[in-house]
Amino acid sequence: MRKLKEFIIEKLILVCGLASIFFVILIFLFLLKEGLALFGTVTPSQFLFGKSWYPISEPAQLGILPLILGSVLVTLGAALISIPIGVACAIYIAEVAPAKTKEILKASIELLAAIPSVVLGFIGMVTLVPLVKTVFRLPTGLTALSGSIMLAFMAMPTIVSIAEDALYSIPKTYKEGALALGATHWQAIWRVMLPAASSGILAAVMLGLGRVIGETMAVMMITGNAAVIPHSILQPVRTLTATIAAEMGEAVVGSEHYFALFAVGIVLFIISFAINVTADLFLHKKR
Amino acid sequence: MKNPRRAQKIAFSFLFLATLLIAVPVGLIVVIIIVKGLPAISWQFLTDIPRQGMRSGGIFPAIVGTIYLVLGAISFALPIGLLAAIYLSEYSRDNFLNRMVKLAIVNLAGVPSVVYGLFGLALFVVFFKFGASILSGSLTLGIMILPIIITASREALESVPYSFREVSYSLGASKWQTIRNIVLPNAIPGILTGTILGLGRAAGETAPILFTVAAFYLPQLPDSLFDQAMALPYHLYVISTQVPNVDEKMRYGTALVLLVLVLCMNLVAIIIRYQFRKKKKW
Repeated sequence: MRKLKEFIIEKLILVCGLASIFFVILIFLFLLKEGLALFGTVTPSQFLFGKSWYPISEPAQLGILPLILGSVLVTLGAALISIPIGVACAIYIAEVAPAKTKEILKASIELLAAIPSVVLGFIGMVTLVPLVKTVFRLPTGLTALSGSIMLAFMAMPTIVSIAEDALYSIPKTYKEGALALGATHWQAIWRVMLPAASSGILAAVMLGLGRVIGETMAVMMITGNAAVIPHSILQPVRTLTATIAAEMGEAVVGSEHYFALFAVGIVLFIISFAINVTADLFLHKKR
Repeated sequence: MKNPRRAQKIAFSFLFLATLLIAVPVGLIVVIIIVKGLPAISWQFLTDIPRQGMRSGGIFPAIVGTIYLVLGAISFALPIGLLAAIYLSEYSRDNFLNRMVKLAIVNLAGVPSVVYGLFGLALFVVFFKFGASILSGSLTLGIMILPIIITASREALESVPYSFREVSYSLGASKWQTIRNIVLPNAIPGILTGTILGLGRAAGETAPILFTVAAFYLPQLPDSLFDQAMALPYHLYVISTQVPNVDEKMRYGTALVLLVLVLCMNLVAIIIRYQFRKKKKW
């Protein structure tokens, strides 16, 4: 009897152990199931490179190039801001800060990670958006730039904590060796520790950007949601994620619009999959 | 770079400046929400239904909805996540399958939240015909927080020293007996921490519930798993972007309640972790 019970429990554990694989496949299959239906009427290249997104005009125009460019623009902006600041902050926490300060800083980074994105979006709407509007004298502050700043902020916790881990896991002997040769602390960090931690830091940056591309609510609330090809970072844009979130509520189940939004989901899934697999490779290279 | 001491000083000031650029806004955000939100908080705000097209009244249905969703998500994700963590830490060997499972967890953690929303819509709402309901929303959120629970539980299980297991085996206990009586009890604080962090994440997410459960406005409380429900994060989104002329106070008040809810959970998790580290026997 006990043998049987153990047998059942062990099989149950195995099944749950494999659940993650099952769910990843399930997500992809259901995105495909709904999304691929679109390509009966629209060719993949029309979809990916079409320059206009008018899903409810007659006939509907379902080109996601403006949305892809919107996501790319906002992500690039966020990367430019968050990578230098995030990595610098990670170095400061890992190497420079005194023990007490370190704890406080780590807690505030965790705090930032915990704030829901809709709350950050709201705060961005009432503080950052008016600021951008007055500083650049724009008709509206709902721009790609506002989105980039907010998203940079949201990518920080990921970048800082993973980069800090990477710095922390370098063997202490590397640093000691450099110091023993007469290097200053900064020289040891710059010439020895950063190169040694480079693959971990690269992974940190990639995962941070993955978070940025996938972020939805804050971006929808502060980038202005105009599905046009952006010419400057001071224009409203619309990202892939915001398009799904904003339009799925109105799309009729089974309509072309509905299928198109799932096809956008497939694109997002593939991007995040590629980013995560690559980042994982970098993280494992370290060991 | 002729003077390395001076170079170091300059470099370190830049690092410090960068750190301030993150830490100061975090503090500001929290302070702004508390200062502007606090005047809105009253017994009536917390316990009344929204009135006058959500321009006055309270947020009670949204609070209740969020609690239902979080409880639903955790009762789905905790058993599966815990067993998956046991599999990874106690049963799996270092082989291809194990590598695939870990990669799947990483990917599950990286799937954009709105894609979870799409998935929940396609699978639970449309395919299983659960409709937009607490059930669909909870399951969607549950799958989303699965990686958080697995990762935290696995770390907790793996941090139990191997010698504990050896002693148990040497007394004649089977593998499952060892896990249940020795490994799990020692890993509980870590598992709890992960679970609470998962709860916090589920409470704050908006995109996965947009099309699976969230009701724009619902003056009564849901009374079955198949009902739609309001939820705090979606309510905040609605009153800050969809409904014109909502008093600022209402928005800040809602943001404050949501923030306090999420931060309290995180605080509890941090306290458990801290207590546990102090008492750790090994």
